[in-house]
Amino acid sequence: MMAKVIVVTSGKGGVGKTTSTAALGAALAKSGQKVVVIDFDVGLRNLDLVRGAERRVVFDLINVVQGEAKLAQALIRDKRVDTLSLLPASQTRDKDALTIEGVEKVITELREKFDWILCDSPAGIEKGATMAMHYADLAVIVTNPEVSSVRDSDRIIGLLDSKTARAVKGERMDKHLLITRFDPARAERGEMLKIDDILEILAIPLLGIIPESPQVLTASNVGSPITLNSPESAPGRAYFDAAKRLMGETLPMRIPSERKSLLGKLFGRRVA
Amino acid sequence: MRPGAHPRRGMGQSPTLTLTRLGPVGYPIGVSSEEPSQSFIRVRGRSFMAVVLVPEAPIGDWLTRLDEQTRRAPLFFDERPVIVDFSALPIETDFPEVLAALKTRDLRIIGIEGATPELLGAESWGLPKLLGGKPVGLIEVPETPDDAAPAPNASLIVHGPIRSGQSIVSLTGDVTVIGSVSSGAEVIAGGSVHVYGTIRGRVVAGFTGGKDVRIFCSRLEAELLAIDGIYRTADDTAPALRGKAVQAWLDDDVLVVAALD
Repeated sequence: MMAKVIVVTSGKGGVGKTTSTAALGAALAKSGQKVVVIDFDVGLRNLDLVRGAERRVVFDLINVVQGEAKLAQALIRDKRVDTLSLLPASQTRDKDALTIEGVEKVITELREKFDWILCDSPAGIEKGATMAMHYADLAVIVTNPEVSSVRDSDRIIGLLDSKTARAVKGERMDKHLLITRFDPARAERGEMLKIDDILEILAIPLLGIIPESPQVLTASNVGSPITLNSPESAPGRAYFDAAKRLMGETLPMRIPSERKSLLGKLFGRRVA
Repeated sequence: MRPGAHPRRGMGQSPTLTLTRLGPVGYPIGVSSEEPSQSFIRVRGRSFMAVVLVPEAPIGDWLTRLDEQTRRAPLFFDERPVIVDFSALPIETDFPEVLAALKTRDLRIIGIEGATPELLGAESWGLPKLLGGKPVGLIEVPETPDDAAPAPNASLIVHGPIRSGQSIVSLTGDVTVIGSVSSGAEVIAGGSVHVYGTIRGRVVAGFTGGKDVRIFCSRLEAELLAIDGIYRTADDTAPALRGKAVQAWLDDDVLVVAALD
C-alpha cells in the first residue's frame, strides 16, 4: 500500500486537532496499519502528553529536519500498540527551524516505513500550519459546530487548495470534515450549528461526528488516546468509524450516544 | 579560526581599497595607477531588436496595407521601436511627406535608414543616427490580436465555493460563481456578479465605475454588497430578504436589493 500523508488541521485552536490526531492514529494502528503521528506544533508540543510519551522524548522533529538526529532515534514507539509511533515536536526551538526541504526529507523517509503519516497541525495559518499541510495527500479538517470555527476551517480549505505541494502541481487534495464536540440536543435547540448548515458552508464530505463527552478530557489527562483508553465510549466509537472511513469503508453516518442502562432508556423515553 | 592565524579575505569578496597615507609634505604616498584622476561615467554599447518598415511604391497603397495590418493586430506596433528603411523607394519620392504620413500613425519611430537627412528635410530632425545593426529576417505580424490583451467585457466563470480569505478580482467584465461565496471571501468585478449559491461574504460589482451593473444570487446572507462604490452591509439589508434569491442594482445612487420572483 502506498503510504498516505494526512494533515489534521482546523485554523482555529482548541477545537480538538491533537485529540483527533491521537485518536485516529491509535484507531488506524489498532487495525494493524503502521502509523506515525507527527507533532508540527513547534514550541507548544502537546501530542506527546496526549499520547503519554512525554517522558521518553529525547530527539524531536526539528533535530531530524536539521540533521542533528536520525529519524529512528527520534521516533517513539507506543507501549500499548506497537504499530504506532510518534515523532514529537520541539518544545524549545522556534518554528523557523522548520524548512520545506527538511520536512520533505522527513516525510519521504517516513513514507517508506509507514502506511499512514498523520501530521498534527498547529492552530493558525502561519508557517507551522503551512508546513504541516504542504506534503499532505489528504486533509482532515476538524471543526466545532460554531460559526468562528467553521469560518476558520473554510479559510484553511482555501489554503489547502492553493498553497500545498499538490495544489501547486494542479492536483486535487481530498478533504474530509470531522465535526467534534457535537451536542445533538444543543444543536436542536439552535445553540449550535446543525450538521447540515456546516456541510452546506464547507461543502466537503463528512468523515465523522464526534459527540461532546467528558471522557475525551479524561483520556487526554491520563495520556491515552480515547480510542485506546475507552474504545467503547461514544467518542471512541465515533473515532473508530472515522478511521474505517479513512481506510475506504462505507459506513452509515451516526452520532454515537452513551449506552444507557435500561432505567436510563426508560427515563429517556418518558422525557422525549 | 586557529589562534594567531592571519584573517583571510573571503574568496568572492572584492579587493578592498588601498588606503592612501599622506606624506610629510602633503603629497599622497603610494597612489595606485588605478585610482581615477578624473571622474567618468561608463558608456556601454548594446544592440536591441527593432522592427524595420520598408515602404514601397506606390506609397498610397502601401500605407493602406499598413493600416489594414495594424487594424488586424492592433497591439503589434504598440511599444515596439520602429525604424523606417527608405531604400526601396525611388529617388523622386517626396520623402518628407512619407515620413510625415508615418508619423501621424501610432508608431514609435526611433530612426531612419536608406535616406540622407537632406532628402528628408526637417521631418528627420531629432531622430538619432543608427549605428550598424544586423538583419534578422522577416517578422510575422500576427493576424489575431495579442492574447495578452484582455478582450473588453471578458467574463469570468469560477467554480466555487470561494473560501474565506480568497479574493476573486476581474476588472474587465462579469463574474459568475457556480457555488457559494463564503463569509470572509470577496468577489470584485468590473461588471455584474452572478452567484449560483449563497453569498455570505462580500460582493463588489461595477468596480471600475459602472452604474448599469447588477448583483444576482440564489441566496442572500452577504456581509456586504456594493455597486460602483455604493455599498450596503448586512445590518442595512431588510431582514426579510435574508436567505432569499435576490438581485441588487443602483437606483439614483441608492443600492436597491429586491427578491427575485
